[in-house]
Amino acid sequence: MVQTVVSVGLPIDEMLEIKKNRIMPENQPGGMKRISIVTGIHGDELEGQYVCFELQRRIMQEKDKLAGIVDVYPAMNPLGIDSITRGIPAFDLDMNRLFPGNIDGNMTEYLAAGIIEDVSGSDCVIDIHASNIYLTEIPQIRINELHEDVLVPLAMETNIDFIWVHGASTVLESTFAYSLNNTGTPVLVVEMGVGMRITKNYGKQLVDGIFNLMHKMGIWKGSTKEVKKPIISRKPDDVFYLNASTGGLFIPMAKHGSRLKKGEIIGQITDPLRGEILDEVKAPADGMLFTIRDYPVVDEGSLMGRMLRKEACGYE
Amino acid sequence: MNKRIIYELKGMYRDSLRITGYEYGTGEKSVCITGSLRGDEVQQLYCCSQIIKKFKQLEIEGRINKGHKILVIPSMNPYSMNIKKRFWPTDNTDINRMFPGYNLGETTQRIADGVFKEISGYKYGIQFTSFYMPGDFMPHVRMMDEGFSKADTAKQFGLPYVVVRKTRPYDTATLNYNWQVWDTQAFSLYTTTTVKIDQNGAGKAVLSVMNFLAAQGIIKYSAPGLITTKVVNDTDMVSVRTAESGVFEPLVKAGGSVVAGQPLANILNPYEAEIMETLYAPVDANVFFIHNEPLTYANTAVIKLVQ
Repeated sequence: MVQTVVSVGLPIDEMLEIKKNRIMPENQPGGMKRISIVTGIHGDELEGQYVCFELQRRIMQEKDKLAGIVDVYPAMNPLGIDSITRGIPAFDLDMNRLFPGNIDGNMTEYLAAGIIEDVSGSDCVIDIHASNIYLTEIPQIRINELHEDVLVPLAMETNIDFIWVHGASTVLESTFAYSLNNTGTPVLVVEMGVGMRITKNYGKQLVDGIFNLMHKMGIWKGSTKEVKKPIISRKPDDVFYLNASTGGLFIPMAKHGSRLKKGEIIGQITDPLRGEILDEVKAPADGMLFTIRDYPVVDEGSLMGRMLRKEACGYE
Repeated sequence: MNKRIIYELKGMYRDSLRITGYEYGTGEKSVCITGSLRGDEVQQLYCCSQIIKKFKQLEIEGRINKGHKILVIPSMNPYSMNIKKRFWPTDNTDINRMFPGYNLGETTQRIADGVFKEISGYKYGIQFTSFYMPGDFMPHVRMMDEGFSKADTAKQFGLPYVVVRKTRPYDTATLNYNWQVWDTQAFSLYTTTTVKIDQNGAGKAVLSVMNFLAAQGIIKYSAPGLITTKVVNDTDMVSVRTAESGVFEPLVKAGGSVVAGQPLANILNPYEAEIMETLYAPVDANVFFIHNEPLTYANTAVIKLVQ
């Protein structure tokens, strides 16, 4: 059943409504667990759209196997999605820096507070992001070290490739995930694919994982697929950041997700005006390329990729 | 005066990004004054240009006291200003959420790092900045409640109000916050406007900086009799909120006095021009902030009053 979570009138003959679809079993015993699938906080990240569609399509094929509540929130920032804008249009604000919001606050804070109120109390929330338009990510879950005890066991069930436990940061305290994790509603932040595009195989992979998680939680009684055992990284030194030494046009040469030897070329930064190679981005150590630059034009400092040290990946 | 490039970033097809600083005097790093960090902060750029002009005169007249070094950076983001974009041209990041920066990080982290290396270590930091909501302000000094800065020092700008605001998580990556982490007393100066130049507002802002520098013994400047500055917390402001979205019709101006019950603004139906809502002053007060765009959203604090 489609429900409006929170709404506000816009100046010219339009309502801004944030909606969810609630799917429940026909028979509704008490004490049902609830999972919430959330996406679209950043309007330019669309990978979660496919997950919302595919998850519900599969549930509806075997709805008699459903034993809990599935809430799907596909568009937390509807104006952003409809206008290909990352933040909230008109305000140029990153919605993921507004939480937990304020029900008595301005329009953006009011919307954020309405969302938090509705999602709070879920037994698990999956907040799906798609990096941004510049970078492509392998399916991964990012976890603040403050909440790793609760979240890592849940993330292990989701069929992703990589769990990145990162340090706490004050700036991140205004994110959707932090706000809920901090008040006892577990939120897994998925990053996968790239902005403005849909990577169907990643979406299917995550949907398989969500079914597995729902099965473990007692929400799904149907069959599930065996899930991947993800790599877990907890040490900051496991991850190498590869930043451009100069501006130019980036031509990737390594395959995303591949295992590289130290010194292998990941890509070239070129000068199309003069036909010159300005720099080569090389692997700083043996490891796996889990992030790669997708958008070709780069400034000095632009992130070209991230690598996970071989020892952390666990391969020989 | 020593004009020099304090940070440069090479562009692919654009000219280099050059951040230019104007230095005056030698000795103790006394005060650093910064202008636009965002591409739409035109008033902030203009205020700094007026200060640079004023310093030129003070320098010729020998009114910059010995032993003090002053640095003024009118714009830290010419790239965004030149294309009329508030944030960084390529990735839309806000340099004022990147401090203290990181020299091996992403582009705006590198810019923040390059600039911060030059502007840290000053005794006082003054940043002309802007609010994320569109509107006109009474000129004021704003500072954080958990910082190294002191409200009594802020009073020496001689502006009517010093606003002390609660520090929020996102503040920890701003210039103001990081200045204070590194022992600079930091003050954010809000003038009347952002995207448009208000010459009178800029004049008041320049005068307030002269007042402040004279009070610190950095320049010789006979400031006119200072008005009594009131220190207020942002939570003490009385917000007047819209219940409806529509056309915003202001009935008062920033800086004006209002009495309880006075109509402050109307919200009009955008198609039929009927008044959907009239906002009234709940108390006797001064108009501290007023929304300045033709349309408004519901649930928006379009007016802030200070008693």
